[in-house]
Amino acid sequence: MGELWHSLRRGKAACLGAAILLVMVLSAVLAPVVAPHDPLQAEITKRLRPPVWREKGAAENLLGSDQLGRDVLSRTIYGSRVSLMVGIIAVLISGILGVVLGMVSAFQGGRLDALIMRIADVQLAFPFILLAIAVVAVVGGGLLNVILILGVTGWVSYARVVRSQVLSVKEKEYVEAARALGSRSLVLIFRQILPNVMTPVIVLATFNVASYMVAEASLTFLGLGVQPAIPSWGIMLADGREYMRAGWWMAVFPGLALMLTVLSINLVGDWLREYLDPRLRHTE
Amino acid sequence: MWRYILRRLAQAVLVIFGVLLLVFVIMQLTGDPASLMLPPDSPAEDIQRVRIMYGLDRPLYVQFVRFLFGDIGTREAGRTVRTFASGGGWLEVPVKPRGGVIRGDFGESLRYREQPALGVVLERFPRSLELMAAAFLYAVLLSLVFGLLCALRPATLLDQGIRVLAILGQSMPSFWLGLLLILVFAVWLGWLPAMGSGTWWHLVMPAITLGSLSLARNTRLVRSGMLDVLNEDYVRTARAKGLTERLVVAKHALKNTAIPLVTLWGLDVGVLFGGAVITESIFAWPGTGRLVIESVTRRDFPVVQAAVFFIALIFVLVNLVVDLVYGWLDPRVRVGR
Repeated sequence: MGELWHSLRRGKAACLGAAILLVMVLSAVLAPVVAPHDPLQAEITKRLRPPVWREKGAAENLLGSDQLGRDVLSRTIYGSRVSLMVGIIAVLISGILGVVLGMVSAFQGGRLDALIMRIADVQLAFPFILLAIAVVAVVGGGLLNVILILGVTGWVSYARVVRSQVLSVKEKEYVEAARALGSRSLVLIFRQILPNVMTPVIVLATFNVASYMVAEASLTFLGLGVQPAIPSWGIMLADGREYMRAGWWMAVFPGLALMLTVLSINLVGDWLREYLDPRLRHTE
Repeated sequence: MWRYILRRLAQAVLVIFGVLLLVFVIMQLTGDPASLMLPPDSPAEDIQRVRIMYGLDRPLYVQFVRFLFGDIGTREAGRTVRTFASGGGWLEVPVKPRGGVIRGDFGESLRYREQPALGVVLERFPRSLELMAAAFLYAVLLSLVFGLLCALRPATLLDQGIRVLAILGQSMPSFWLGLLLILVFAVWLGWLPAMGSGTWWHLVMPAITLGSLSLARNTRLVRSGMLDVLNEDYVRTARAKGLTERLVVAKHALKNTAIPLVTLWGLDVGVLFGGAVITESIFAWPGTGRLVIESVTRRDFPVVQAAVFFIALIFVLVNLVVDLVYGWLDPRVRVGR
C-alpha cells in the first residue's frame, strides 16, 4: 500500500486524475448533502438563469438554471450518480462475464473454445454503440436496461485477454507444481491462475468504466437511454442542445463534468497500467 | 500467403453468418412483427393475414432460411393459405415472395411504404461515406503531422502541448465536442452552419466532431511508434551513412511506423461508423447513422436490420482487407498464425 501511494504521488498526471476522481465520487455519494437544491425542483420564475458571474446571474444558482428553472449545479452533481453507477455496475457485469467465459474457453479448449471465440468475433463486427442501439431498439431504454446492455455486450475484450493469459499461465512451472502436489482444479484456478491474469483485467476495467459512462450519456442523449425524469448528464446535454442560444450553460457544465470524470479515469488508468505491469509501458 | 487469405476469408464468412443470425434474433425479440406493420388495435383477422403473407406463421428455422435465401428451393412463394374470415367462411391469403438476404432483400421499410429496406439504407450511405472520409482524412493526416512533430522534438513545450491536447481529446465525448463547436462557431460567431448538409462548410464541424477521437488516439500512437523506430539500429545506420534527417525520417522511420498504423486505421472505420450514428444525429446529417436512430425511434425494424447488417458487413470487409494488407506487409503475421 505504501509503495502504491508513493508511485501515485510521483506521477503528476495520475495524482491530478485521482484528485478529480475523488471529488467526483465524493460528490456522487454525498449528493444530497452537497447539492444546494433538489435536482427535480422546477421554479418557472427562475428559468434560464445564467451562471452567477454573468449579468442577471444569481448566487442561488451558481451554474445557472435550466428551461424549467432547475438548478444546473445540483443536477450536475446528481447526474454523476447515474454515470458512475452505470459505469461501475456495467463493468462488473461485463468483467465477471468475460473472465468466466475466457477461463472456460482456455480450460475447456476444443469446440466450446471455438464457439465462444467465434461469438466474440461476431460481436466485434459491430461498432459497440451500434450494437447497444440495436438492442435498446428491441428491449427498450431505461436505466436498468442500459446497464444490462452495456454489461452484457462488453464481455468480449475481457474474455480475449483472460483466455490468452490463462493459456500462457497454465503451462508455467508453479501451476504445474501445484497440480503435481494434488491441488484441485478450483483451488488451482482461484489460488494460482486468477491472481496472475487479473492485472490486464483491472486495467481494462478501469478504462471501460469511462467508456461505459460515455456510452450511457450518448444513448441517453439520443433519447434511447435513461428516462428523462432521472437527472443524468445525457439528459441535461439533450436539453441543453435545444437551448443553445438562450442557455449555453445547460450544455456546457454537464459535458464538462463528464469530460473531467472520463479524463480522470483515463489518467488513473494510464498510471495503473504502468504501475501494475511495467512491460506494458509502450503499448496502447 | 494463399492459405492465410483463404483462412481469413472463411473466418469473415463465418462472422457474417453470425451477424445475420444475430440480426434475425434481434428482430424476433421485438415481439410479433406483424403487429408492427398494422395500426394498433387492428382486428385479429388482419394480423393473421399479415402473418401468413410474410411467412411469420412458419416455424423459426423456416423463417431464418427464408430470411437468408428467400424462396430458392422452397415451395413458399406463390403458396396460398386458407384461414378463417371473420364474417364466416374461408379466406385465401397468398404468401408474399421473398428474395432473401442473399439477394439483398431485407423486406420493405415500414415507414417508407413499398420501399425495400436495404434500398433506404443504401440511398443514405453516400452521405455517411462523405462524412466518414472527411473525418478519416482529418484524423489520419493531422495525427501524422502532430505525432511527427512530437517525436522529432520530444520533451519540448510543443510535444507536451500536443500530448495534453491528445489526452483531453481522448476524454472528450464526441457529442459534447459537437455541441461546443455548434455553440462557438454557429451560435456565437455565426461562421458555420449548425445543421444540415449541401456545401463544404456543412462538412467542417461534423467531420471534426467525428474524427477527433481517432485523431487524439492516433497522435499518441504515431508519436510513440516514431520514437521507438527512431531508436532502431537501421535508423542509426541511415544517419551514420550521412543521410539528411529529412530522408531518414521519410524513407526509413515513417515507413516502419506506418505498418502497425494500418491495423489501427481499420479499427478507426468501426469507431467512425459508431460515431457517425451520434454525429449525424447532432448535425442533422442525412446519412445512414441518423437513419438508424430514426428507424429505431419509429420502430422501422426492417431498416434497422438492413442498416445494422450493412454497417457490420462493411466493417468486416474493411478489417479483412486490413488483415490481408498487414499479412502482406509483415510476413511474420501470416506465418505466425
